[in-house]
Parts: sequence; structure tokens; C-alpha cells
Amino acid sequence: MSLLNIQNLTLSIGDSAILKDVSLSVAPGEIVAVTGESGSGKSMTALAVMQLLPELAQANGTLSLDGINLLEQSEEQLCALRGASIGMVFQEPMTALNPVKTIGDQVMETILIHKAMSSANARQHAQEMLERVGLPADRFPLSRFPHELSGGQRQRVVIAMAIALRPKLLIADEPTTALDVTTQAQILALLKDLVQDFGMGLLMITHDLAVVADLADRIVVMRHGEVVESGTTQGLLANMQHPYTRMLFAASNHQVALPPAPAPKPLLQVKGAVRDYRLPRKSLFGAPGHYRAVKDVSFTLNRGERLGLVGESGCGKSTLTRAILGLEPLQGGEILLDGGPIGINQSAEQRRKMQVVFQDPFGSFNPRHRVDRLITEPFHLLDKPPTGSSRRDLIAETLTAVGLSPDDAAKFIHQFSGGQRQRIAIARALITRPELILFDEAVSALDVSVRAQILDLLAELCKSYALTYLFISHDLNVVRTITDRVLVMKAGEIVEQGATEAVFTSPKHAYTQSLLAAAPVLPDLGKGAIVA
Amino acid sequence: MLRYSVKRLFSLILSLAVASLVIFFVIEIAPGDPASFMLGINAQPDTVAALRTELGLDQSKFSRYAAWVGGMLSGDFGTSYTYRTPVAEMIADRLWVSLPLALYALALSTLIAFPAGIYAAARRGKAGDMAVMGATQLGVAVPNFWFAMMLVLIFAINLRWFNAGGFVGWDEGLLAGLHSLTLPAISLALPQAAILARVMRSALLDILGEDFMRTARAKGLSRRQALWRHGLRNALIPVLTIIGLQFSFLLAGAIIIEQVFYLPGLGRLVFQAISARDLIVVESVVMLLVFAVITVNFLVDLAYAAVDPRLRSRT
Repeated sequence: MSLLNIQNLTLSIGDSAILKDVSLSVAPGEIVAVTGESGSGKSMTALAVMQLLPELAQANGTLSLDGINLLEQSEEQLCALRGASIGMVFQEPMTALNPVKTIGDQVMETILIHKAMSSANARQHAQEMLERVGLPADRFPLSRFPHELSGGQRQRVVIAMAIALRPKLLIADEPTTALDVTTQAQILALLKDLVQDFGMGLLMITHDLAVVADLADRIVVMRHGEVVESGTTQGLLANMQHPYTRMLFAASNHQVALPPAPAPKPLLQVKGAVRDYRLPRKSLFGAPGHYRAVKDVSFTLNRGERLGLVGESGCGKSTLTRAILGLEPLQGGEILLDGGPIGINQSAEQRRKMQVVFQDPFGSFNPRHRVDRLITEPFHLLDKPPTGSSRRDLIAETLTAVGLSPDDAAKFIHQFSGGQRQRIAIARALITRPELILFDEAVSALDVSVRAQILDLLAELCKSYALTYLFISHDLNVVRTITDRVLVMKAGEIVEQGATEAVFTSPKHAYTQSLLAAAPVLPDLGKGAIVA
Repeated sequence: MLRYSVKRLFSLILSLAVASLVIFFVIEIAPGDPASFMLGINAQPDTVAALRTELGLDQSKFSRYAAWVGGMLSGDFGTSYTYRTPVAEMIADRLWVSLPLALYALALSTLIAFPAGIYAAARRGKAGDMAVMGATQLGVAVPNFWFAMMLVLIFAINLRWFNAGGFVGWDEGLLAGLHSLTLPAISLALPQAAILARVMRSALLDILGEDFMRTARAKGLSRRQALWRHGLRNALIPVLTIIGLQFSFLLAGAIIIEQVFYLPGLGRLVFQAISARDLIVVESVVMLLVFAVITVNFLVDLAYAAVDPRLRSRT
């Protein structure tokens, strides 16, 4: 008998249908992963189970937990179920906890709100739960505040809150998406462990197919609010029926063929770069401390080479990127581009040689400008920016190069999807023909199918424009296919560098080894399965 | 927390020192001689000379500044030129009206604004929210002296519950004193309450959209429980800022209301002193108000830290 049973669930907000005839079930002790791209309705399915839907949402169908139809419960009855019978873990650990309450209070609240124990017992139990999720009391007392913990530790607190009353069903909505790979591996192991220990059902929402394949007993693939395919993990991976499922898996493991890099000739030289941040003074008149974010980093990026930079959050890769862009001063060493020094006060000529593509395709454009103005922004770096027809031709050529139409120049940014916006960002970086482009997590916010298209575009541009780029990412799979050489950064230092394939197949440094071991991998599906 | 407080206290003292310098030297730099300015254009040269000596204008700027600050620190604010009484006494008399009035008005404003703002936020977009928002719109738009006149018409002239003006003095007892400050306090409080209620509502609505509010609901808290336990304290930071600003305003900015109700408050004192060109009084009252504003800001800073643990650990 299944624990959670969803039959023909439909959900609409006003006139728009969000979920159409969704059916799935979770048995006790079973891990069911719901996967799909953004807008597939996977998170809405989770919120429907919690009955925490947006106000005007209208749900129909069957949604039962342990025989209780959740759609027929009063709000009061639902409050009694939430937290006690169903626990939920969210995506963003940095904001999921109340910043003004201690972690002890927040874990205890789950227990006290359901009047499960006396206050003293609740404290004891909260302590045990935090220990169970890997936060021992000697290092993480109940009196800690969320801001004193790292992202992974906060996610452990959220999990402790969700499992404090041993719910029958745990829902985890992208629980590791915001975490580093090594932290992700730990949190996934913890979840798996808890499911076995407590005999809970786990409904896991994730877009990451490698995580799905690693963890789930059964997989449900969703698209546009519908379930397109579901089955046991083994069975589904071995025999995918729906073309969308096949496309999804193929895109997750998308490989591109880069043209061979030309003979090494240095373009960007980073020599002993050091970046210190001042810390607040320890005492009123004491000397301020320093935090060294980048420690004596040296590397060379050759003309025509595609270099990757990987590392976990806080390793200094963003600081290094900003220093290379000349946005931050160095406290030691130097950075040379094409022989000329890079710094805060570099000339327009020097700035022209380098452009950047950022992560967030939604936040990095002025919404009031049209595309032609957006992509010609770097023109102010040119002595004689093209005007009239030569400007129009250049805009048309660049938009075509990134797979858009010249007519798009007159549109506003809100008329484009995330993937198209990232193409526009690439067009903006490309239009002045820079010597070097920095891609700062440029495909991290994209769905897998869109990401595959952007990677293809980059490979194409490498052929037609002989691009040189530095590709900064936490996503090891992407870096593996889109770069020739890779730098691995840890705690402000480059611990390993070498040809990408060599580093990935036989990592030398212990950190690189642990990083690669922690990264979930898609099972080898054989040639037959990957024909999208 | 201690380091945070000490740092704030340090910046309070620094601000006061800077403010005293600015006030002193602005009056110093102002064109013309303070003594002839105070006496007007028809003054006799010997009267001006006498006043110059009395003001100590024949001494160096530094020693006059030191004497002024030193005097204030020991409670000696000098002697009013127009009234011939010690400024400290005049200010103290007025402060006994203005300070209770400001606190009374602030208490009323907070008592009205908190429930109104919370109610509106909890019923966002519904009739209750719209009614509260409409009322606050009115409260912000209508000037407080109009409220004052209406209150006088209704409660003093028609119903005869209150006096139309004047202050009975605290010698008559606490209740009598508060009674005679009630109408002015209400007229001062209404516009402030309207602003505060709007700030409270929007701060709460911001918080209601936060991830941790959803987490609270997922734990089994009802909408109302989540609002009270997790929403309110997080929404307090912007509200505290406004309360601090309002107190400073109420202390010195009540001049029109003081005029309407014929109250001997600080606002009227400044107004009269400026009209009479009594620079000694103006200088001292302005310094006192600066002191009040900076002290209130200091208290608001401490309240921030009490509300938000992240500020306690940051320095």
C-alpha cells in the first residue's frame, strides 16, 4: 500500500493550467524523484502535497497520504499534518531559516507547535535531531544563529526541523541545488540514511538527473505540468520510452567537439596574484586583520585556448575573476593581458580586449533598453564606434552568430527566454571582438536542454571566431567538455592544473580526487539510449 | 553586543562634538556681528558694545567655544538676552511639556499603527486591507492642525470633555496633566500613525514573501502563528527606524500644534527666540534637539541589535 497516492491531480491558477492529470505514488521507505526542467510543475506538485499552494490555486483529483485525502482537509487539520506527518526541505538553505531565531528554537518549534512533548523534552529531542543530521552539540550548540553556519550546515538544520517528528513522508525540493558538490554528496547520503532509518517515504524534486539516477528508487519525468514517463530507476534508465526523457538525459551529458587549440602563445598571464580583504578590527584600537582570498596564484592562458576554472564556493574563484576583469586591486603580483597590465585604472583600449558573460540572464540587462542598445554597450570602449549602416550590419551579424535573428535588435529583453538572453549576453561580449571572454557560471542557471544548445553555440563560435576564454564554473561535467585545460582552485590557491581530460581521468591532487568522487555521475546509458 | 554598543556610543559622542562645532561656528560665520544682529538695526553703539562684552565676543573664538560647551556640560546654558532668565530653566520648563507630549503622541501612534499595519498585512488585498490603507492615506494627506481643530470642535466645544487649550501643569497631578495633553497628542499621533501603519504593513508583506515564512508553514504553523512568531520581529527593523525619526520630529516639530492648543512647548520657545533674535536661546535649544535626535538614534541602534542577532556579531 502506498503512503502518498496522487491520482489525476490537476491544478490551475485562474485560467492557466499548472498541473494536468498528474499521478504518482510513494511507498514507505521509498525514494521517488520527480524531475523535469523549469516550468514542468515539479515544485508545484510538492507544494500541492503540502497544500501550501498560491492563494488562487484550484486543485482537483486525489491526493491522499496514508488514506487521508489531503484535498478535503480543513486548514486546521492540514496544520496538524504539516511538520508532523509530512516534512519538507527547501532549495535555498541561506534563506529558509529565520535569521533572528536560534537554530535550537527553530528545531524545537516543530516539536512544540504539535504539542508532542514538554518544553524540556523538546529541547533534548531537538539536540538529538541536530546530532542525527551531523551537527554535534559541542560544536553547534542550540544557541547558534543561522548566520553563524555555512550553507550545508543550515541545510542540515532545515532537515532536522523536517524530520524532528519522524514524518511518514519527507518532501525535498531541490535540496542540494544551492550546495557545493562535496556538501551535496554529504546531504544526499544523509537523506538516504534517514529514509532507511526512519522508514520514511521521500519525494525528491530535482532537475539534476545525475542525482536522480544515483539516489532514487523510482523516477517521474515531468514536462509542462504533465507526467511524461515514470518507472523504476533501473527500468527507466535502461529503456526510455518517451523522446523527452531521452532528450533530457542526452542533454545532461551533452558533449561538444572543440576545434584544436593553436600552438601556445601567452595572452593572459597571472603572476603571483594576491588579493587581501581587510577584516573588522578585533578591538577598538587593534590592527585590522586580513583575509587572503587569492594566495599567490599564477597561470597562463594562451591565445585560442579554452581554460576552465573550477572550485567550490568560497574558494576565491569569483575574487580572481573580478581581479582579472580589473575590478579589484591586487595586493601582490600582477596580471598581464596581451603584455599590458590589468588594474583598476586600465585604459579603454585594454578593457576592450576582455568581455564577460555573467550567470544570471535575468538580472544582467537593463530592462528599458532594446537589444541593439544592450549589445552595443561595449562600443563606448572603441575610439571610433561604428555608426549608421556599419553599426546595423555588425549588430545583425553578431545576432546571427549567436543564433538569433537580426530583427531581434528592436525587441526588449523581457521578450526573450533565459537561453535567448544568455545568447544576447554572448552577443554583447562578442561584438567588439575581444581577445578574451570570461564566462562566469554562464550556463549554471539554464535548463539542461538550453544549456546543451548554449554549449553547442560556444563550440561553433570557437570554430568561426577562434575564441579564447576562461570558463568559471562549479559544474564539472560542463567544464570537462568545453575546455582544453583546467585549473582547480581551493582556499585561494590553484592546487592542480593540466589538460582537462588528464585532470578528470587521473587527478593528482587529493582535493581534485575528492571533488570528482563527490560529483554525481550519470550512468553510462550505452549508445542506444542517447539518440535524441 | 558590548563592542557594538561601545562603538555606537563612541559615534554618538563624536556626532555630538561635531554638531556643537557646526552650530557654534555657523552662528560665528554668519555675516555681521551677533550682538548688532540681536539688537536690530536701530541699536545704539554703546548697547551693542555692552552686549558684545556680555556675550564674550571680545574673547577668542576657541575660548568662547570652550566656555559654551563647558557651560552646557555643567548645566549652564547662559542667560536669555530677551527674558533675562537662565536658558537652562526656560528649556527645562518647556521640556516638561514637550517631552511628555512627544512620548504620549508616540505611544498613541504606535498603539494605533501596529494593529492596523498587522491587520492590513494579514488581509492583503481584501476589504480590511483596503479600508486601513484608505484611512492611512487620509491620515498622511490631512495636516495635523486640521485634526487639531476638528478635535477641539468636537471634544472641547461640543462635548466639553477636554479644555480647548493650555496646559494645567504637572502640579495638578499626572492624570490632569495627561488629560490636558490628550487632544494635542492625538492630533500629533494621527498622521504619524498613518505613516507607521503603512511602513509596518509593507515591511510585513516583504517578510511574508520570505523563504523562512514558507518553512514555518511547512512545520505546521498557521498563517497567523507564522506571522506573529516569525514575521513580526523581522519586520521591526524598518519600523524602528521610522519610530526613531518620528520621535525626533515630535519633540521639536510640534510647533503648530503647540500654537493651536496654546501649549508652552519647545517649538514655541524656538519660534519666539528666533523672532526675538535671542541667539543664546536658539543655540542652546538647537544643541539640545541635536542631542535628543542623536540619543534617539543611538537607542534605535541598540534596538536593532536587540532585534537582529546578525548586527550583534558584526561590528
